[in-house]
Amino acid sequence: MSMDPTQTLDVKGQNCPMPVVKTKGAFDELGAEETLEVVATDSGSMSDIEGWAESTDGATLLDQVEAIENGEDVYKHYIQKAE
Amino acid sequence: MSTETSAGSEGSLSDEEIAKLQARVDELESELADVQSEVGDSPKKMVIIATKGTLDMAYPPLILASTAAAFGYDVTVFHTFWGLEILHEENSKELQLSSVGNPNMPVPNAIAALPGMDRVTTRLMENRIEDNDVATVESLIQTSLDSGVDLQACQMTIDLLDYDEDDFYDGVTTGVGAASAFQEMVDADIQLLV
Repeated sequence: MSMDPTQTLDVKGQNCPMPVVKTKGAFDELGAEETLEVVATDSGSMSDIEGWAESTDGATLLDQVEAIENGEDVYKHYIQKAE
Repeated sequence: MSTETSAGSEGSLSDEEIAKLQARVDELESELADVQSEVGDSPKKMVIIATKGTLDMAYPPLILASTAAAFGYDVTVFHTFWGLEILHEENSKELQLSSVGNPNMPVPNAIAALPGMDRVTTRLMENRIEDNDVATVESLIQTSLDSGVDLQACQMTIDLLDYDEDDFYDGVTTGVGAASAFQEMVDADIQLLV
């Protein structure tokens, strides 16, 4: 499923709390209706980013995808900013 | 059966009384609007009191603080007693972990108490932190400060431990005491002692 992200944030190799903290930073820089892709290797980011998006005004979690890239588990999150 | 409401009978209100009540309702409505706008405008707030200065206990306040900031909270961490070590630029890089009295560590107390053992357990923990991609204390402090977390160093303990204000990371608030921490806690939605 392609989400056509406007920005991609790479937080591979970073553990809690960094994926959420950096997602927040990148989300703040996002323009209206733009989509942020977050690529993480921290499996905890699945529930952490879901919870963060739920509690954050203007953030919509479009999708979360689990994949294997270059032999490592990656977790991708797609977050859209409201108008 | 009469459906007529009897004007002027007992229990009914005079025009003057109605006007008074209306004025009171208006007054309360405006007060409620003030309260609602106050609650709606100000972000939620968390205060953590950090009192521990071991390597393991440096993490919970810093992780929670930076996470809460990402959730849009105003965060204050008030560091007192050994919690000051976390903000001390030099000492924060050498925080120790001891196995003594810690049944979760795989070393018996009798051995853990031997000279140099704290260094060994600390090294083990540091290796684990690195292997598991966990951020260093230093980088969590920087992240917290960058996220707008107010990291405060208790002035009384700075004096007690004979530290200087320049010993702490740039951006750390000094010159604060229990009263300001308490005031922050009164207004906070979450208060934690770590």
